[in-house]
Amino acid sequence: MSDPIIQVRHLTKVFGEGESAVHALDDISLDVHPGEIYGIIGLSGAGKSTLVRCLNLLERPTSGSVLVDGKEMTKLSDKELRLARRNVTMIFQSFNLLMQRTCLKNICFPMELSGVPKAKAEQRARELLEIVGLSDKAEAYPAQLSGGQKQRIAIARALATDPKVLLCDEATSALDPTTTASILSLLKDLNQKLGVTVVVITHQMSVIEEICTKVAILDGGSIAEEGEVTDIFSNPKTDAARRLVYPGGVSENLLSSSSRTIRVAFNGGTAYQPLIASLAIDCGVKVNILGADTRNIDGKAFGSMLLGLPEDENEAAKALSYIRSQPYVTAEEVDHHG
Amino acid sequence: MADIFTAAFWNQYGALLWKEFIHTMVMTGVSTFFAYLIGLPLGVLLVLTADHGIRPHRILNQVVGWIINVGRSLPFIILMISIMDFTKLVVGTKIGVKGAIVPLVVSAAPFIARMVETSLAEVDAGVIEAAQSMGASTFQIVRKVYLPEAKPSLILGGSISVITILAYTAIAGAVGAGGLGDLAIRYGYNRRVASMLLVTIVILVLLVQIIQSVFSRLSTSIDKRLK
Repeated sequence: MSDPIIQVRHLTKVFGEGESAVHALDDISLDVHPGEIYGIIGLSGAGKSTLVRCLNLLERPTSGSVLVDGKEMTKLSDKELRLARRNVTMIFQSFNLLMQRTCLKNICFPMELSGVPKAKAEQRARELLEIVGLSDKAEAYPAQLSGGQKQRIAIARALATDPKVLLCDEATSALDPTTTASILSLLKDLNQKLGVTVVVITHQMSVIEEICTKVAILDGGSIAEEGEVTDIFSNPKTDAARRLVYPGGVSENLLSSSSRTIRVAFNGGTAYQPLIASLAIDCGVKVNILGADTRNIDGKAFGSMLLGLPEDENEAAKALSYIRSQPYVTAEEVDHHG
Repeated sequence: MADIFTAAFWNQYGALLWKEFIHTMVMTGVSTFFAYLIGLPLGVLLVLTADHGIRPHRILNQVVGWIINVGRSLPFIILMISIMDFTKLVVGTKIGVKGAIVPLVVSAAPFIARMVETSLAEVDAGVIEAAQSMGASTFQIVRKVYLPEAKPSLILGGSISVITILAYTAIAGAVGAGGLGDLAIRYGYNRRVASMLLVTIVILVLLVQIIQSVFSRLSTSIDKRLK
């Protein structure tokens, strides 16, 4: 495998001193490889935002090292750091566009900072507007845009300096599910077409499911679990991971009472209620709903459900293949004894 | 006071009123310019060096803050007489329009610094962070983010500054600065020419109304946050 583009080693961040000191991050080590979409998930207060800010040194780590594209970020001078940041750009939950500038001028902004001639910058900005699908908004001001459009402009702005890494700090948390899906597919697209490595910070498991290849679960300032998304989903080993993977309110007892358990994720299909009913009617298989955290938004189903499969191997296999054949639904077996 | 409608009144006082009106405008305009020349950078400095600013520097911030507070705690008329020697050193005279401009600037600059500080503090911290994440230098953040993003608010603050300075010029009139305030005191109060007092009041009221509406409209028209 290629060398990691981001290599974090023993990163610690402490806010304050003495008794009031808060250990926001505690001995974090992780590798992100070029071309990956790497998710960092955790509940609020887990230290996600601090961690992502340590990657571009918006927060200075208390100790440890942050290697990005071969540069030790913590050892750079102010000027070197400003240059390095053009290579690791960022988008935010609240978009953070310049409200007094047009969309075109917002995208030109980072190029202005680095001294790109105006005509060249504007030409590049128009290309980027096209990439994010908002060519007609060049002269509009951010206040005239919807949330999703604002984030598209912010993405275009973040790409203006041809970065190797794009950091997304809760980039979809302020958006509705439909817009979230479109922004995520844009990020995935950019990752594939431009090869930009994406680091996604989120508290929404659905975001990780949707686009990430690897995931780190942050809990109380340290990494509880890290690995391929499919592995973590099918076999969460730690409490922190289980809390995020399983829908709310599922107890361990309930889990172990069932022989085989599957986690079904709804990613915007038409509706989730008929699934269980039609499973019973079409296959004659009854499944046990152990827990569910699903929302019906605009007639589309989002969320996940934990189902206990019947003891009978044949029936269980039938149910699994039926569920997997449904559009916008993914199902993974969960090994809760592991 | 009905004599303000007579030709005799205007023949007698018209030229004088016009002359002092011009003096008031010059004092206000020139003082505002120089006060911003000093106050704007000070306000920027306060925001940058604040604890959560992009260049935190507690000692510098406190020293500048303290000096500004001292400047603001002196009533204008006390400040004016207490720095007369300094005034003479700078412009060569303690009186007249020139003599008034120095204390006006000294008094208004700290006030303007606080106004600017308040305006810049309104700029979304996230936008500043975004600029930092793109590799903007401190100077670039001030010039390309803080000042342009705060422009509508700075302009509204400008109207408050100009009107305050206009009011100060009237006080300066009490100590021989000239201007409409001087007329109001010398004629309206000392010589009991009530009409003179009335006319200066009307002019000052109109001036304030005009300044306020011009600045407010300007601020609204350039603010792109309003659709």
